[in-house]
Amino acid sequence: MKIGHKPYLIFLVVAAFFLQSCSDGPQVPNTRGVYMLMDTSGTYTKELKQAQRVINYVLSQLDSGDSFAVARVDTGSFSEKDIVAKVTFQDQPSKANQQKRVFRQKIDKFVKTVKGSAYTDITGGILQGIEFLNEAGTGHNTILIFSDLKEELRKGYKRNIPLSLNQYSVVALNVTKLRSDNIDPKEYLDRLASWRLKVESGGGEWRVINDMARLEKILQRK
Amino acid sequence: MTFNDVFMLVPSSTGLSGAIWFVVLTIIFYMARNHAHKGILSFSESIHNAFRLSARSVKLLRDILIIRNRDVLLAQGREATERIIEREFERIDATVRKDLSEYPALHRHLNEEVTVIDESFKDSTDVPPTPPAWVKAVEAVAKIPAAKGDPTVGNILEDIHQSLVKSSTRALEEYRKASSKRHQILQKMMPHWRNVLKALTQVDKSVNSLLARSVTIDRLMHDYEDILKGTEKSQRMLSSSSMTQFFIAGFVLAIAVGGAFINFNLIARPMSEMVGGADMILGFKTSSIAALVIILVEISLGLFLMESLRITRLFPVIGALDDKMRIKMVWITFVFLFALASVEAGLAYMREILMEDDSATSAALRGDGALLAVESSALWITTAAQMGLGFILPFALTFVAIPLESFIHSMRTVLGTATVAFLRSLEWVLRVLGNLVRSFGKIFVHVYDFLIFLPLGIEKLLNKEGGKKSTASASSNIGGVL
Repeated sequence: MKIGHKPYLIFLVVAAFFLQSCSDGPQVPNTRGVYMLMDTSGTYTKELKQAQRVINYVLSQLDSGDSFAVARVDTGSFSEKDIVAKVTFQDQPSKANQQKRVFRQKIDKFVKTVKGSAYTDITGGILQGIEFLNEAGTGHNTILIFSDLKEELRKGYKRNIPLSLNQYSVVALNVTKLRSDNIDPKEYLDRLASWRLKVESGGGEWRVINDMARLEKILQRK
Repeated sequence: MTFNDVFMLVPSSTGLSGAIWFVVLTIIFYMARNHAHKGILSFSESIHNAFRLSARSVKLLRDILIIRNRDVLLAQGREATERIIEREFERIDATVRKDLSEYPALHRHLNEEVTVIDESFKDSTDVPPTPPAWVKAVEAVAKIPAAKGDPTVGNILEDIHQSLVKSSTRALEEYRKASSKRHQILQKMMPHWRNVLKALTQVDKSVNSLLARSVTIDRLMHDYEDILKGTEKSQRMLSSSSMTQFFIAGFVLAIAVGGAFINFNLIARPMSEMVGGADMILGFKTSSIAALVIILVEISLGLFLMESLRITRLFPVIGALDDKMRIKMVWITFVFLFALASVEAGLAYMREILMEDDSATSAALRGDGALLAVESSALWITTAAQMGLGFILPFALTFVAIPLESFIHSMRTVLGTATVAFLRSLEWVLRVLGNLVRSFGKIFVHVYDFLIFLPLGIEKLLNKEGGKKSTASASSNIGGVL
């Protein structure tokens, strides 16, 4: 073999390596996106302290490049106005820390001033979350629903549309049992089953975490 | 068509079908016996030959490798011994230069001392003053017997005697003075003697040092001659030395890797502030890669520094540079290394600040910010320690060059030895497999014969009968003749 051919050979090997890496499919970014829905309807506002704990935990777990937004669930949640705080953490970890502190302050302020809403539009909130996370372009997306999952829509609101949750993980947190659930537990189980069906039929992964002492499972993926 | 359809020649009876098949197959096998034997034996023999040839090739390769290993080992040993001999000669040269440069001064010093001693000696040999000449006359007069009753003569003699005693006493005193003076001169000679002795002791020490070095060189030259001759002893010695070097150097390199890992952890976090904490290259964080690159650059600079100082000889180009350029290179690499060490110290400081920031954020998110104020009182110790480590580790990693050189050199021998061992095992396995295949061929022949034992038994009986008949007819023919 002539020595002069060596560079071409090396180039071919490198090119083959890159082609191989390209042929594996589209590269998923290594960033995480979290969209959290906070139910502010009726008596559930009492649970917002728990929600704060969850938000702080999620903040502590996210790094530079990750995106996080917290939105309230009210009468019409498919709206940017319902986003309480949103952030995409900057590349420098120190800046990201500053952003986390500011985010926390916003949430604290919101929790102090929040007023309960008459209706609960969870599906609208999920749709808004999908939109936000798609725009953020994060690789691994999670939608956290801090609610009792009892959806109550105002008359005229249409939410029977399929959800596109491919590659999304939807985690229901602190799904409290209502008084009616205690009378008929089937109601509670049916409610959970219908949400599971809704999420999984949209291609998403469904999980329920009621034990707030096990927050480390929130961002884990199967 | 299933196997059952083929097998069941008599549909109602499996046993009968089996028996028919057995008879048919036995007949076929019996008829094909010779060809089958030849086929099995040829097949096993050809595979045996293939294995044997492979084993032979492996053996040839092993022999070539052994020669190559021997050459490498001897070349390395020769080079190492040359280096040691060279160093010894350099030391002798330095000693000789040092002593010879002092030799004129020493010579002059000894000359001066000897002159002083000579003069002192001359001074000390001065004879004592002789008694006056008239003393003999007086003595002669004094020996004249005194006339009886002549007081004049007696008086004269008495006077002579007294003057003689006086003169003798004076002479004795002068002699004593002269002796005392000589003793003083001799006493003054003592320091000069000591100086001479000291100078000669120094010369003796230098000569002995040279003699000791010459003994070492003699021994090294003997080893060198052995290596040049390629004796078994020298090969054994060098091989053992290589193995030892390999493991020691490997151990030290493992320690250095630990040091590099600590260094990496010191700078990886602050690097994320510089190059971003989210970017990834080939699945690794860019900040981690940047930190790793800095450490590798430091190690490379350390290698160049060691090479420029001629402590290691990994790059012949650097070793072949003229001294002026080499010293320039020493300074350049040292300055770069110093700059990187300073940067690392700064990054280590930055790391501490960032860690504090992280802790503060975590505490704020957990809601226990009060704890942080208590913990932060003695943080300056860890900050100082981190900065110190950040500054020292790059210089410490410089010395990786020494074990690395030993590791690379000894690895050639160790890998060669390991490959030879592997080839030897492979050769053994191929030979065993070849022999097994041949043996299996013979076993198959026997198994084949076992399957057709019935026709073979019949054949044997018939052969015996035929033999008896022919023997009987032969004997009857003989009887007829007789």
